[in-house]
Order: sequence, then C-alpha cells, then structure tokens
Amino acid sequence: MTEPTERRLLSPEEYRAAQDSPEFVELKKRFRSFAFPMTVAFLVWYLLYVLLSTYAVDFMSTQVFGNVNVGILFGLLQFVTTFVITHLYVAHANKRTDPIADEMRTRLEAHEFASDTVAGTDHTQGSTRA
Amino acid sequence: MPDVLAAESTIGNPAINISIFGAFVLVTLAITFKASRNNKSAADYYAAGRTITGQQNGLAIAGDYLSAASFLGIAGAIAVYGYDGFLYSIGFLVAWLVALLLVAELMRNTARFTMADVLAFRMRQGPVRTAAAISTLAVSLFYLLAQMAGAGGLVALLLGVEGDLAEALVVTLVGALMIFYVLVGGMRGTTWVQIIKASLLIAGALVMTVWVLGKYGFNLSALLGGAIESGGQAVAEPGAQYGLNDTTKLDFVSLGLALVLGTAGLPHVLMRFYTVPTSKEARTSVVWAIWLIGIFYLFSLVIGYGAGALVGAERILAAPGAVNAAAPLLAFELGGTVLLGIIAGVAFATILAVVAGLTITASASFAHDVYASVIKKGNVPPNGEVRVARITAVVVGAISIGLGILALQAGLNIAFLVALAFAVAASANLPTILYTLFWKKFTTQGALWSIYGGLIICIGLIIFSPVVSGAETAMFPTADFAWFPLRNPGLVSIPASFLLGYLGTVLTKEKPNEAKWAELEVRAFTGIGAEKAVNH
Repeated sequence: MTEPTERRLLSPEEYRAAQDSPEFVELKKRFRSFAFPMTVAFLVWYLLYVLLSTYAVDFMSTQVFGNVNVGILFGLLQFVTTFVITHLYVAHANKRTDPIADEMRTRLEAHEFASDTVAGTDHTQGSTRA
Repeated sequence: MPDVLAAESTIGNPAINISIFGAFVLVTLAITFKASRNNKSAADYYAAGRTITGQQNGLAIAGDYLSAASFLGIAGAIAVYGYDGFLYSIGFLVAWLVALLLVAELMRNTARFTMADVLAFRMRQGPVRTAAAISTLAVSLFYLLAQMAGAGGLVALLLGVEGDLAEALVVTLVGALMIFYVLVGGMRGTTWVQIIKASLLIAGALVMTVWVLGKYGFNLSALLGGAIESGGQAVAEPGAQYGLNDTTKLDFVSLGLALVLGTAGLPHVLMRFYTVPTSKEARTSVVWAIWLIGIFYLFSLVIGYGAGALVGAERILAAPGAVNAAAPLLAFELGGTVLLGIIAGVAFATILAVVAGLTITASASFAHDVYASVIKKGNVPPNGEVRVARITAVVVGAISIGLGILALQAGLNIAFLVALAFAVAASANLPTILYTLFWKKFTTQGALWSIYGGLIICIGLIIFSPVVSGAETAMFPTADFAWFPLRNPGLVSIPASFLLGYLGTVLTKEKPNEAKWAELEVRAFTGIGAEKAVNH
C-alpha cells in the first residue's frame, strides 16, 4: 500500500456511492439505534434527577439507611449509570458498528466504490486508478 | 504547630507550597523542552502529531477538564452547601456521555485541527469558519479569565502574598509560564503538562479521600453524620443553595442544562480528540476520561463532606478564598503543612495545565480558521500558520493576563465564569455541531443563525441578569438594568439556538451541499480520509 496512486482522494461520486450503499445505511442505522435513544434516556434521567432535587426536596430527603437519603443515592446512581452506559456503548461499537466501518474503510481505500466498479467486484485495486 | 490559621491570613508554610509548585514547573519545563524537538509541522504543533495514545489522552482530557473550579470549587460547594454542590459534579460528568455517544469519534474522523473544520465542512467556508472561530475565542476567553482570576485568588491563600500588586504579579507569572509551555511545547508539551497534572491531582485527591474515610470507618453514612453534626441536616438535603425561592430553583435547572450540554461544545475539549491517531483511540480516550473524572468527583464528594465535617463551614467561609479554601484547609487539618503544600502545588499545576490547553486552542482557531482559511484563503507558506499561531498564543496570553488581573480586582466569581463558558459552549456550539453531523438539510444560514444567535442571546441575557447589575453581589451593584431574572441563561439560550438553527435552515432558498454531506457522513462513520499520525 505504498504506491502514491493508491492514496489519491476519493471522488465525490465514490462518497455518494458509499453513502447510498446498503452496508452504510445499515451502519448508520446501527449507530443511531443505540446512540439516539440512549442519549434521550440519560438526558431524561439526569433532568429528572435535577428536577426532583429542585422541586421534590421532601422526597429526596427521605432517609434510606443511616444518614444516606434518596437524593444522595440517586446522585450516586447517576455515576453508576454513566459508567454503565459508557461500557454498553463501547461494547455496542466494538460488536455492531466497528466491523462494518472497518470493512467499508478498507474497500474505500481500494476505491471499490468508484463509479466504474459499482456494478461488479471482479476487479483488482489497480484498475480503479484514475 | 502554632495556630497559623489565626495568626496569619495564609495557611501552612508558603516556602513548602512554593517549592512543591516550583518542582512541578521545573519537571514540566524539562518535558516541554524535550517534546519541542519533535515539533515540525502544523499537525505537531496543534495536535501533537496525532501520536498520543487513548489512555494518555484520557488522562490529558481529565487534566484539561478538572480545572481549579472543579477541584477547589466543587469540594468547597459541597463543604458549605452540601448536596447542592454535589449536583455540579453530576452535571459535569454526565455531560461526557454526549461527547462519547454523539461527538468525539465523528469529529475526530472529519476534522484536522479545530472545531470549525467540522462546522464549515459542508457550508460556505468563510462565514461559518469565522463564526466558529469567534465562538471558540469567546468560550476560551471566559474560561481563561476564570482560571487566571482563580490563580490570583489562590495565591493570597497559599503563598502568603497579599495586595493587588502581588496578586497581579502572580497572574502575570502564571500567564508567562503558560505562554512558554504553548510556544515551546505546542500541543505535545501541553499534553504532557496535563498528563502529569492529572496524575498528581487524582493521587492527591485519593490520599485525602482515603484519609477522610479512614476517620469515619469507611462508612459514608458516618461521614454524612459528621457533616450534619457540623453543618446541620440541610447539608445532606437539596436546596441549601438553590432552594430559596422559585427563581433560584429555575436558575438551578438552567445551570444543570448548561452543564450537561456544555462539555461537548467546549473547543479545548474537542481539540484533544485530534491528538490521537484514530477514532477508536478517541473513543478509548473518552472512556478513560469518564472513569477518571467520575472517580475524581466521587473523591471530591468525600473531600467536600469531609471538609464540612472536620473544618466546618464557618472556618471555610472566614478564610481568604472562602468556599475555594475548603480543600486546602482540609489538607492542612489532615496532614499539616506537607499535605497542604502538596495540595497547593497541585492546585497551581491545575491552573497552569488548563490555561495552556485553552491558549493553544484559541491560538489554533485564530491561525488555522481566521488567518489561514479566511484571510489567506488557504495560500499560506509552509509553517506560516504555525508562526501565526505562536504569535496569537502570545497575544491571547497577554490579553488574558490583563483581563485576569481586572477580573481578579473586580472580584468576579470563578465558578460563575466557568458556568458562563459552559452556557456559551452549549448555546453557540453544540446545536451547530449536532445539526452538522446528523441533519442532512442543515445549511450555512442555519449554522450562522445558531452560532451567532446562541452567542448573542447567551451573553445578552447575562448582561441583563442579576449577575451584572441590580443585586448586592453583582458586578455593578449600584446600577440596575437587570430584567432577566436568572443568573444562568442556558434554559433560554440553548433551546433558542436549536430553534434558530432550524429556522435559519428552513427559511432559506440555499440548497444543502449534497456532495459534501455524502463526504462528511462517509468520512465521519467509516474513518476514511481521516488525518493520520505523523511519522518522525
């Protein structure tokens, strides 16, 4: 992979072809189906915590054990959920999105999405050079 | 040990504090010199040649993020106000999930050096780059001001120098050191300063945490009991600081929103993602940063309640530096002058590392976005950009020294200035970043409305808030032009900026650039064409 011609930039058509490809649609779907609902979930949980701390002081001051009350417990739970979501995201990325992204990147580097080769894949890397 | 607290307005032994700080400066200067040998290209200067590993960058991000406001400010707020101080740290931490899930990797894959690289990617370059550079400079300057004012304030407490002139001298010294790190070391030197500082800070906090917990039999309930005994039941419950009336409650919700949405729009945080070789390393660095920052905030919960229990709110508020004195006073209470010296040295190191990161971000944005891309339209001689970045670093440094001295003498609140930087970042930057990455139809006009609208509304509301006038604690207590009741504008300015971005986009005939959108999406998600690490 040291030949300079292999490093030429991708053409706009290649980006279009890649964007329209079924594997890219699937990659985006997998990314969004995790990141978007999870973002909504942790923001709602965080805002709920802020609102409860502001407007439900009595509830948050309910003692659970010793001097530890609901508010402090919920606050510590925010740390726990942050760590858990971090872990879930990494696992999801490693398993669900990275393989597609890596495979597509390799094929893009070989210019397999260039317009003259979209239909077939029976070409060598060299044949796609401009 | 004589009662130094009563005898003087400083605590501990200034000589020990100064020598520990001096040792940190010497070590980091040596490393900066060593790092500078590899600084050849713009990628070296702005992005450390993209050779920092994920773990190292995670530590550096923690070093960049855990400013004096988070270390001294949060521990102090917990010590004095209890539960309400704890809420700050949660907002600061949860905010990292926005960066991890939506921003870090996609930005790493599409940008070269700055936030504007992404925002201008599929828009008209000139106007959007200029707007992004202006908001970068605004956020960085607010943040710098907070750190500089904090440095001067700390000195009165820890080094035993007093008076306006001495404090101004210290701000100048901090500024001069910061300029030196940035000029000589570039991003590589700055990164190592941040890594060393983060390690020291977390180690110091760990020692204090274990020490405090040891005194309470490693029992959180017992520690809370101690804090309640000293500060009353209120410290364990919400509302001590913000529960006063309906306005303060709404203010708290507004602050909470700005904190959680601000981080992913902070330019100096975004710039750290460009120092690693791949987007996977960017992911690793955010994961490390989340763990380090989260654990550190758990430490500061213990340190804060420990200071409340062992030192007491009255003594903290009576000390020079007031709320910010809680952690140093607790260190003195626990480990005498030596532990205090270590914590004081770490606090200074903290300020130095953060200001260096901010300065390099501001100078990179000016040199790369304004000078090279807008003024010179990309026709810059080799190294011309870095030369301008170095000059800008000196100018930014000089400006922040000057403004820092003014802010210090005006008695501006550090935590407020930091919250302001977060509000501006959440209002001016985050909506445009998210629209750019995820909304196909987003246009130049939408980006400009959102950036300028968010910036103007945010700063405008602050000017007409009780922070600036119409209250005893305001900057101008005698004047009263405050018609906006909240101290933090986020609740209004963040939704307004999202709305403006939407309206600007649907109310234009301009067509989105579909070819560039395809390139952005494919590059962001697959990493094709991403900037590679520099080989020396």
